[in-house]
Amino acid sequence: MSTGAAVRIESLRKTYETRTGDDVEALAPLSLDVAPGEFVAIVGPSGCGKSTLLSLIAGLDAPTSGRVLVDGDEVRRPHPKVGIVFQNDLLLYWRSVLDNVLLPVEIKGWDRNASRAHAEALLGQVGLADFAGRYPGELSGGMRQRVAICRALIQEPDLLLMDEPFGALDALTREQMIVDLQAMWRSVGNTVVFITHSIDEAVFLADRVLVMSPRPGRIELDLPIAFERPRQWTIHKDPEFQRLAGEIRAIFEADGVLNGGPDRRAASMSRTLDTRN
Amino acid sequence: MLIAWQLAVPILGLSEFVLPTPAQIIARMAKDWALLLTHARVTLLEVLGGFACAVAAGIPTALLIFYSRMFERAVYPLLIAEQAIPKVALAPLVVLYLGYGWAPKIFLAFLIAWFPIVVSTVVGLQALDPAMVRLVRAMGANPWQTFIKIRLPAALPNVFGGLKLAIGLSVIGAVIGEYVAAERGLGYLQLQANSQFDTTLNFASVITISALGVGLFFVLRLIENVVVFRRETK
Repeated sequence: MSTGAAVRIESLRKTYETRTGDDVEALAPLSLDVAPGEFVAIVGPSGCGKSTLLSLIAGLDAPTSGRVLVDGDEVRRPHPKVGIVFQNDLLLYWRSVLDNVLLPVEIKGWDRNASRAHAEALLGQVGLADFAGRYPGELSGGMRQRVAICRALIQEPDLLLMDEPFGALDALTREQMIVDLQAMWRSVGNTVVFITHSIDEAVFLADRVLVMSPRPGRIELDLPIAFERPRQWTIHKDPEFQRLAGEIRAIFEADGVLNGGPDRRAASMSRTLDTRN
Repeated sequence: MLIAWQLAVPILGLSEFVLPTPAQIIARMAKDWALLLTHARVTLLEVLGGFACAVAAGIPTALLIFYSRMFERAVYPLLIAEQAIPKVALAPLVVLYLGYGWAPKIFLAFLIAWFPIVVSTVVGLQALDPAMVRLVRAMGANPWQTFIKIRLPAALPNVFGGLKLAIGLSVIGAVIGEYVAAERGLGYLQLQANSQFDTTLNFASVITISALGVGLFFVLRLIENVVVFRRETK
């Protein structure tokens, strides 16, 4: 089974060279500690470097300076105990649902037959037991993203990285996925770094919300969220929930990412627009 | 249209050697089926030989173009120049150097067929979503696994598009070769018929050549249906 991995990020910085030869700083030096089993959400405006941060943690990109440690090992290449879910499900249309889930097993050279039961159990957990033999083209967006999550979980990752995993889903599907993700994470017990631009999603799911500034990304707020688990959808109405969400929103307004408008309703509308795009 | 053709010939009072009726052509094909088959077999082997060479050379060339920028820069312009040469104009030269046997026909079929295979395979290899590559890299995939598990399957629909184009072109290449210099094959048979004013056999040859192309196309489609998963979208 998975256990939670500890993540330590030490003055991590990333710059890109543009075509004209200028350096663009995508990520300002950033340090961060994530405890084993912790669920951390990172919220920030588009282009703030959240996805860059995730690529660096995953070992898909090399940092310009600084380093990432997963359970004390410096990340130089993709780490075997790290799983990723992207915004797009990235399922292979020519493989059945089950074969998609088993893709990492094949790549790692594990025994496919031994992992088959595990894959079926994971699909069962997300309500897709009857869809193992179907093809991605026959599934809805929410179902496809569930398959993508199963594909990440079959690697028994100690650290699960999620890059706006529900960003492409409609509001209703997203709501259900958020609730289901909480349940899945509680049964697995691994560390999660979850990137989103939805404030509500972050507050609902996370033990800790990190708010990032516009480019170059810095952590502007490190906000612990102490609600008991499992959390019910109704906590959205809780005054404490609103206070926490408001605190995050205030940062975005101060940064000029959100324009509060003449009243709260306009603010919440622009927030909805922001999370949709 | 066939009925109009059938009726028009007697109405206009045309003789068989000017324009045979469809019925006459079919009757001739039924009568001379053995002759047509013998020559069709020759053309078929030339086509398959040329097509096989085109695949054997085209797909590795496409891989080199895709995986090596230097190779792409050096070879792609030459390839495009090669493509611009009308192969019909090359045929007499090919015969001059390769003689009267199988070689010039196979070579012409190859020459005309391999370019679409190269181009469509390159397009297919480029079709993969780069995010997909990142995903499997995160799973620890090496370049070979990336190729065999995701890039190749994702390229197959395009590859088959090129193959289907190429098989028809192979037929053209082989027949051109036979026109220039041959002692057998459907192109040769057609020229023979032509020189003897045997218009019915001439038509019969054309129909057999076409049937050959169509048949090969459908064989490829059959293989494609087995190998390639058709993408279904909601």
